[in-house]
Amino acid sequence: MAKKVKFLQGNEAVCEGALYAGCTFYAGYPITPSTEVAEVLAARLPKIGGRFIQMEDELAAMAATLGGSIAGKKSLTATSGPGMSLKMENLGYGYLTEVPCVIVNVMRGGPSTGLPTGPGQSDVMQARWGTHGDHPCIALTPSTVQEQLNETVRAFNLAEKYRMPVILLTDEIIGHMREAVEIPEPGDLPVIDRKRPTCDPKDYLPYKPEADGVAPMADFGSGYRYHITGLNHLPDGFPSNDGKLAQADEIRQQKKVDDNYDEIVVVDEMMCDDAEILIFAFGSTARSAKEAVQMARAEGIKVGLLRPLTIWPFPDKHLAKYAGKVKRVIVPEMNLGQTALEVERVMKGQPAVEGIFQIDSEPINPVTILNKIKGGK
Amino acid sequence: MAYDYSKYLRAGKIPHIWCPGCGYGIIMKSMIRAIDGLGWDKNEVVMTSGIGCASRLPGYIDANTLHTTHGRSLAFATGVKVANPKLKVIAMGGDGDMTAIGGNHFIHACRRNIDITCFVFNNYIYGMTGGQYSPTTPKGSRATTAPYGNSDNQFDIAQLAMGAGATFVARTTTYHAVPMEKLMKQALEHKGFSVVEIIAGCPTGYGRKNKLASPAGMIEWQKDHSVAIAQWEKMSDEEKAGKFPIGVLHEVNKPEYVEAYDANVGLS
Repeated sequence: MAKKVKFLQGNEAVCEGALYAGCTFYAGYPITPSTEVAEVLAARLPKIGGRFIQMEDELAAMAATLGGSIAGKKSLTATSGPGMSLKMENLGYGYLTEVPCVIVNVMRGGPSTGLPTGPGQSDVMQARWGTHGDHPCIALTPSTVQEQLNETVRAFNLAEKYRMPVILLTDEIIGHMREAVEIPEPGDLPVIDRKRPTCDPKDYLPYKPEADGVAPMADFGSGYRYHITGLNHLPDGFPSNDGKLAQADEIRQQKKVDDNYDEIVVVDEMMCDDAEILIFAFGSTARSAKEAVQMARAEGIKVGLLRPLTIWPFPDKHLAKYAGKVKRVIVPEMNLGQTALEVERVMKGQPAVEGIFQIDSEPINPVTILNKIKGGK
Repeated sequence: MAYDYSKYLRAGKIPHIWCPGCGYGIIMKSMIRAIDGLGWDKNEVVMTSGIGCASRLPGYIDANTLHTTHGRSLAFATGVKVANPKLKVIAMGGDGDMTAIGGNHFIHACRRNIDITCFVFNNYIYGMTGGQYSPTTPKGSRATTAPYGNSDNQFDIAQLAMGAGATFVARTTTYHAVPMEKLMKQALEHKGFSVVEIIAGCPTGYGRKNKLASPAGMIEWQKDHSVAIAQWEKMSDEEKAGKFPIGVLHEVNKPEYVEAYDANVGLS
């Protein structure tokens, strides 16, 4: 049977993905260029028995999103740069208390209020290190409107499976562009729900991990009365000042992600097998890079594109295969070299990284990338 | 027979962290008696708090307890309540937590009239960090960050709540432990957003700096400066000077937030 196809805006596709994944609660605050996510879900959630709330600020939006998840609902919030900065406090709370939820950051330009209506990719390091303290991080970077939908479903699945907040790190171009999108039927894509405890409530330890490093999480009100705190805590959920135990628990949390690299990290490798020149690009910039690769290939230049759909954890294993193998590596990105530093770390100078860094609120033109490919050393 | 608190306290979590002479133990006991008096199922009770001495209270109670970030008690509580309105949600925090860093959440929770009970423990000081002035520290009082006396104007928490739209507002003190229990019951039973401001002594953080170091003396002060609302309404401005009213200060019925939302969007 023919698939149902809709002509959707990128932010609308996020909503389709969230609803497919089983999201029934959204708490947000309006901000360009992410507002359509809130607008669409304000209309759609009540129709499936869910609820929407517009909070008084971004801190409250992040807090309420976590509260909704603690009450047992798959919860979403969406924002952009300035709002993401404000969300950092409670995002950190979500990491330490291991509360699953999805945060969409539709990246725009500049620090502070910056260039609110144009695209940017400058929040890559913020996604990884924006909140204080050490913590694991998963951030996904879609490049197409279809991927906005599919990666939102995947973001919920990863959040539920690993019991942690997951960031969908998209940008204004993909958020606002329109493309044909295949709407998945139930069963087409996996939908994962968090592990919930089945033990006797008196034996429940909310932070005692099972073999996979993840502890089952009880909904508030389900009969498992327990304590959640943003202080470092013991397996029973109560605070402890024991630094050694805190360290062990934080390492355990980091390992949830590190030990599952193969499942979490998805990379699209295009024409990389025989490539002498490798382009590393994500998000909307990867669209320009793809175009540039096709133009260069038409001229007989052996160039390939490595496009991460998971930017955190960084795709080290995928990228390291090309260290010492390709002659050049080019990193175009709409920031002043944030992922280029990570690529440099992985490639270890074999070869040196060449950047195309642009923060003028315009997409990086394929011809700019093609010229770099052709004009290089 | 003495009331048995143990069925609501978590085994092994007492002694609490509060200093000798702190009023918060009186508040916790009144709260337990109020909840018990209503016969609420512990499985349905959610307690949220922010950061500070007051915010440690939920950790001692055998319920669904959420110790959040500084000032965000009500924002988390709102998420919990909207996601599952069947839960009985009680949010608490101190004067600094609720009216300084959490002030925005406080006024908007009042405005929404969401069915959450909010207990604000007002000891006029940031206790956990060692005695800095808060939005309720009286003008002229000393604090570690007000070595020359506090220059700031004060929030009246109960009036702030009324002005922002809370539909039940009460004030009490730790001297009034038995009336406090009754007020808490009324607040818990009220449909809509209810606020109870509880004046409490902090001998360590506030008292020591202001020559009020005796816990009993601080409770005496509460007795001497509080006036029942019925009496208060008959007093002249001169008689009211330096005193404050206690009891139910405001009570109206308005549509509750989640019920109104559900009706509006066709969920109910």
